[in-house]
Amino acid sequence: MSGRPQAAAPDGIQSSAGGTQPGLHHRDLLRQMLLIRQFEEKCVELYSAGEIHGFVHLYIGEEAVAVGVNQALDPGDAIVSTYREHGHALVRGVPVESVMAEMYGKTTGCSHGRGGSMHLFDAARRFYGGNAIVGGGLPLAIGLALADQMRGQARVTACFFGDGAVAEGEFHECLNLASLWDLPVLFCCENNLYAMGTPLAREQAQTDLAVRAASYGMPSWPVDGMDVIAVEQAARRAAEAVRSGGGPHFLELRTYRFRAHSMYDPERYRDKAEIDEWKRHDPIDALVARMREAGEISDEDLAAIGAELASQISDAVEAAVAAPVEPVEDLTRFVYSPRPS
Amino acid sequence: MTAPSAAKTTYREAMRAALREALQRDERVFLMGEDVGRYGGCFAVSLGLLEEFGPERIRDTPLSESAFVGAGIGAALGGMRPIVEIMTVNFSLLALDQILNNAATLLHMSGGQISVPLVIRMTTGAGRQLAAQHSHSLEGWYAHIPGLRILAPATLEDARGMLWTALGDPDPVLIFEHGSLYPMAGMLSADAGAVDIDSAATRRPGTDVTLIAYGGTLGKAMAAADELSGDGIDAEVIDLRTLRPLDDATFLASVRRTHRAVIVDEGWRSGSLSAEVSARIMEQAFYDLDAPVERVCSAEVPMPYPRHLEEAALPQVPGIVAAARRAVG
Repeated sequence: MSGRPQAAAPDGIQSSAGGTQPGLHHRDLLRQMLLIRQFEEKCVELYSAGEIHGFVHLYIGEEAVAVGVNQALDPGDAIVSTYREHGHALVRGVPVESVMAEMYGKTTGCSHGRGGSMHLFDAARRFYGGNAIVGGGLPLAIGLALADQMRGQARVTACFFGDGAVAEGEFHECLNLASLWDLPVLFCCENNLYAMGTPLAREQAQTDLAVRAASYGMPSWPVDGMDVIAVEQAARRAAEAVRSGGGPHFLELRTYRFRAHSMYDPERYRDKAEIDEWKRHDPIDALVARMREAGEISDEDLAAIGAELASQISDAVEAAVAAPVEPVEDLTRFVYSPRPS
Repeated sequence: MTAPSAAKTTYREAMRAALREALQRDERVFLMGEDVGRYGGCFAVSLGLLEEFGPERIRDTPLSESAFVGAGIGAALGGMRPIVEIMTVNFSLLALDQILNNAATLLHMSGGQISVPLVIRMTTGAGRQLAAQHSHSLEGWYAHIPGLRILAPATLEDARGMLWTALGDPDPVLIFEHGSLYPMAGMLSADAGAVDIDSAATRRPGTDVTLIAYGGTLGKAMAAADELSGDGIDAEVIDLRTLRPLDDATFLASVRRTHRAVIVDEGWRSGSLSAEVSARIMEQAFYDLDAPVERVCSAEVPMPYPRHLEEAALPQVPGIVAAARRAVG
């Protein structure tokens, strides 16, 4: 299980995206990917220093997927994500400060500190977690889509999950129901080749995951998940089809996790050579190279973006450290809603 | 002012009337589950509703409990007011991930941002020779879970009235309908409507011993009380109605007056709801007791098929009467 799969963009995809100013658009994509990368690198530092705790699952290497898919979504659309969701939350616009404060378990966190790294929520942005049961988010996503369909709203629910989820019963139940009822769901399978430590070929009888989805009668495309432009193009095409009543669509986004599964993972299950090979296809490096070639970015620009993000993240850390923790007297809040008297 | 007229009805018809009313009153309400539409519901509760409300609102689902229960949760988040029907509590275990990890937990994990206004109905209980995968009483398990509200309608009034109140609740509510109650017939007031879902009810006042029951065991407790009255023992019968949050004030007040308690629970004894009720009596009314708390529960065996063994496995009137006599001494 080494080497990069050759995933083609779906037929008919144009070779450029983002309208008339590709340079600005590329810069926006780059900035979003760098935000995720730098945010998570800070998380590693904070975790190692004992500042943040629990399970922290890093998205480093997979940034093109969250950034590319999010380009296809409108503010009214919904996202259901997994426990590896920092990237999805950040590109959705959940403020860096509130995501960082959540890592610290502070009341200013996007889940009031109750969720931590694995349970980021933002109802106003229709960001529905942060779901840490593999496959457990899919039923929520089809339900959100069902509500939109019944209410006549042309909205998309984007549901992220990993290759591991494809082995779960909930995956199959939900693809069947979504297809049967033509629900407006964009299934985004982040195939990073490992279900925690188990490689794809040891977890799936059919390793071509797009084929699995196609068997439920929905359009299903493999996409190079290391190429943010390719992801954006595929996601736009799929989301437009979903939004216009074309029923559920499935993207198999072929990607790779550069870091360990979680901060506890000693990575005994894969070779360093394999990781190094994939790092040669770093989605950030790839976009930067493309932009340099087109004369869209200079070294100074790149350094300036990095410095600006670093400063934003550092401010977020400072604010999180200073923020209050919840009083223990409030322990049993958020179990039942306040009830109308 | 004349009293509203009453009409003869059944528990099944009362439940159907509640569904019809909910569908008429709130366009966000819809019903989904296995065979709720064309088949009319596996216990015929939703018979006729498909014709009246159409397939958009009376939705037959594939046999995929986790998907359609989770879809109910998601639809609730999306602004609908779904009623999800699960055929039996045994099947609900296929959706336990969604019920526990999502429905009961999302409000907390999101720091109070996301509530789940969902109603899940299912049948529970034994007594119809349906053997070991259709007959258990697992509502006590669900009552273990913070974030859920657990209801057990045992009367026509509650079958008619609990649903609408449950739909108005901002949090997930599970309604357990004992399968043997559907044909139960009686008179129901024409103006029967929403009832509270917070408190236990005293179904029969008495002074000598408190019989605490719910759902399918309420009728047996009432029959036992009748029999006991022939011996000069005046039993009070409490119907728990809401299994979580448990209204302990009502049964504790009763026990403080009668000084004796018998708990009747169709769940298995070990780790059961009856154990919780008993513990609360010990904790809060220990010095009011004149006798040890008695429990009448199901035998600790998967439900057997033969009628005589099933009857032996379940709480029955003679067992309740004997327990009450022991308590009275």
